[in-house]
Amino acid sequence: MTTPNAPASFYHLTEGQGVWPHKGKVAAVGIGHSPTSRRWDGTPENTVGANSILALRKAIEDAGVPPDQIDGLVIDPVTTTGAHWDANDPIPMDIVNFYNATDDPLDGIAKLSCEWLLKNMPELKNVKFTMYGTGCMSHAIVVAAQAVGEGLTNNCLVLKSWHNLEGRYNQAGLSAAENVPGSYAAGPGRTIWGPPGCFGTALQFAEYCRKYGKSHDMMAPFMENSRRNGLLFPEGYWAQHRPEQLTAEDYLAARWIAKPASLFDNDIPIMVSGAYLFTTAERAKDMKQKPVYILGHASNRGSGRSLTPTLEEVQTETGSTGRKILESAGITANDISFENMYDGFALFHQFHIEGLGYRGMKFGDALDFYQTDISIEGPNPILPSGGNIGSGRSRFWMHTDSIQQIQGRAGARALTGVKPEIAVSGGPMPMGGNFTIWGASPD
Amino acid sequence: MVKQGVIPDELTKSFYEAANDDKLVIQNCKSCDLLQHPPAAACRKCGSGDNMEWKGMSGKAKIYNYTVVYDTPIRMLQADQPFNLAVVMLDEDPGIQMYSHLPGTPVDQVPVGGSVEVVFEATANGQKVPEWRVVG
Repeated sequence: MTTPNAPASFYHLTEGQGVWPHKGKVAAVGIGHSPTSRRWDGTPENTVGANSILALRKAIEDAGVPPDQIDGLVIDPVTTTGAHWDANDPIPMDIVNFYNATDDPLDGIAKLSCEWLLKNMPELKNVKFTMYGTGCMSHAIVVAAQAVGEGLTNNCLVLKSWHNLEGRYNQAGLSAAENVPGSYAAGPGRTIWGPPGCFGTALQFAEYCRKYGKSHDMMAPFMENSRRNGLLFPEGYWAQHRPEQLTAEDYLAARWIAKPASLFDNDIPIMVSGAYLFTTAERAKDMKQKPVYILGHASNRGSGRSLTPTLEEVQTETGSTGRKILESAGITANDISFENMYDGFALFHQFHIEGLGYRGMKFGDALDFYQTDISIEGPNPILPSGGNIGSGRSRFWMHTDSIQQIQGRAGARALTGVKPEIAVSGGPMPMGGNFTIWGASPD
Repeated sequence: MVKQGVIPDELTKSFYEAANDDKLVIQNCKSCDLLQHPPAAACRKCGSGDNMEWKGMSGKAKIYNYTVVYDTPIRMLQADQPFNLAVVMLDEDPGIQMYSHLPGTPVDQVPVGGSVEVVFEATANGQKVPEWRVVG
């Protein structure tokens, strides 16, 4: 079995398609997470493959579905955005051989395939459908939802995993070279001018502040709220390893990375795996957990015209995405109980929620909104998951929280100011992401 | 502040040859009459690579906005931190951007919206690249 990438037709990329044809016919019924850690400790028990198996087994157990009834598996095969295995580093064959390896020795260590998982999870003996939603969990969720909706699989596992190695993101390779190719030097990304990963977002945020008369310190309530919610997320990194509340003073004193983006505006890279089990709405009725229905999904694949998207280009894209989200689920922004859109650079969360029109927001409103009650107890919760700022870079806390809130399983994070009935989660980037609308009811 | 050396490749050969002659050229699709940067094998609008040319620019631009970089992944620049990193937009077409360290402009004292003009700066291996200085 060779796993294909999902075709473009699986994604809701253009406006005007109407309500998702499978609205309310697909449901999330199981959740599983591995523990978090800052980096790989070099043992076989802590590899990205091991974490993945753990998360998948927990999701299966959580749903109460016999493993031999699982017939689908959708994952993101990419397990980092910056901790790439150096080609000069030796392959740890003792780790490779601890598991049933594929042809690629880094499979299960610095990347992941469906084939590796199936070789190492013998209980999944009836998986006939595998597919990649390459990018992040938000991609994989959309692909799995579409696959179940189209009848390609009935009980489908969805997985996103992260590895993290010693050293800092993207400091090796071309970043350390004396000379670089011309196309790289002239291109976007890291280039010879030295932009860090958050540069584009910092630039857009600087333009946002200039245009609307806002300032970086207005982000402090958002940051405090995110860390608070993250510390109430027992599956998250900060709750498990560094249970420290972030204060406004901490935030404002943090060192700059690319001013106006500071250290805390970047999420912390970690190792973690998260998994869900999706099934048909019909089958979900008699399962262990309360089903959370997928009402629709929407995606964008925007790009700026030149090196870095401008604020105007970002807002054009997020506005379109917001319309696609509402159209796909057949709802209005007023129907949304809470939002869990991505925040892996904190300074672009406002682009997502303004584009969506969350709580009637328009472009330029979000930082003022952050000065009001955005807590889980209030009427206008912002990121009750705490997002990736609150729990570390997984890009899936937002989905987990949306499901748990609607199921009534969010524990100390449970929303009390609104009844959690419809949620929007997803990301990552404002110019390139996927968003899912979850509902307590299939209608 | 010396940047990493640049080795022109097939796609960027004309761009860097012009830079060595202190000229700024940008890729243009003759069919669409559309400039594009960074260089690509085909026009981003029509998708054809048959009508691409290199067009001379005036070397005048405006500063869109900037950040101050304190933590760059590029090893060669780390000793020069913090430094300005701006995006400038060409006067001929504000949709075309270029990066700049704005040599001569004090850190975090960047006139957003201000005018800049191109200069050509040698990188570590001697290959020149376009840079931008604030004018006026």
